[in-house]
Amino acid sequence: MEYILFLIAAATTIASSILALTRLNASHALIYLVVTLLSLAVIFFLLGAPFAAALQIVVYAGAIVVLFLFVVMMLNLGRSSVERERRWLQPRMWYGPALLSAVLFAILCVTIYNTGSHDTAGTMVSPKEVGIALFGPYLIAVELAGVLLLAGLVGAYHLGRRYLADRRE
Amino acid sequence: MDTAMTIPIDLVLLLALALFVIGLFGVLTRRNIIFILISLEVMMNASALAFIAAGARWGQPDGQIMFMFILAIAAAEVAVALGLVIQLARRFNTLDIDAASELND
Repeated sequence: MEYILFLIAAATTIASSILALTRLNASHALIYLVVTLLSLAVIFFLLGAPFAAALQIVVYAGAIVVLFLFVVMMLNLGRSSVERERRWLQPRMWYGPALLSAVLFAILCVTIYNTGSHDTAGTMVSPKEVGIALFGPYLIAVELAGVLLLAGLVGAYHLGRRYLADRRE
Repeated sequence: MDTAMTIPIDLVLLLALALFVIGLFGVLTRRNIIFILISLEVMMNASALAFIAAGARWGQPDGQIMFMFILAIAAAEVAVALGLVIQLARRFNTLDIDAASELND
């Protein structure tokens, strides 16, 4: 049962991520990105990580994509941007990246299958265990993550200020 | 409660790998900086999936903890990168990353 659900969610993830990265309109791409993130949350749940699944929905699909959507709306991309995207996305620009990506995919596939591991993906890890480990051995890393988020906040505030644009002239 | 007893780990890793390669393809192909950021999000999710799969394989909480750190890094990265997007749009009136090549001149 879990196996079939996993296959459906995996197919949805791959299809929607490909669709997200080939759209011409940024807001359509973001909606497909939400589908990708939600189906990944389903996979996390099936793998026995319910806390990670909830965080994926709340933080990624809830906060990060909304941030993207705000910026896309603020920039007010119209029909002309879709036309420009169509010009930029000529088929001949795909060939090189597609070849490189396919080579990387093949190499890593061989690496995974050469390990010869056919284990099933383990047991459920409850949020309680995660919390105990997070505020036990990983306490320093939690504080460092807090410092990183503070640096991100200061950097975003500085970059978003208007006078940087005026000072150029 | 034992979920996940029937999902083989190599399939999960294969999915993470496919997502990572799709994201890499997007980063290499697109010129619009917003689509490059979306591709980066997909790649980060691929590595998060690999961490969760490894944590589930050994029944340890470390995989989910690494997922949380990836989440924090993604949030900080997106905030700074979207600030850069706004600066790019204000200065050059375009989202083409090739426009930001003033270090060349």
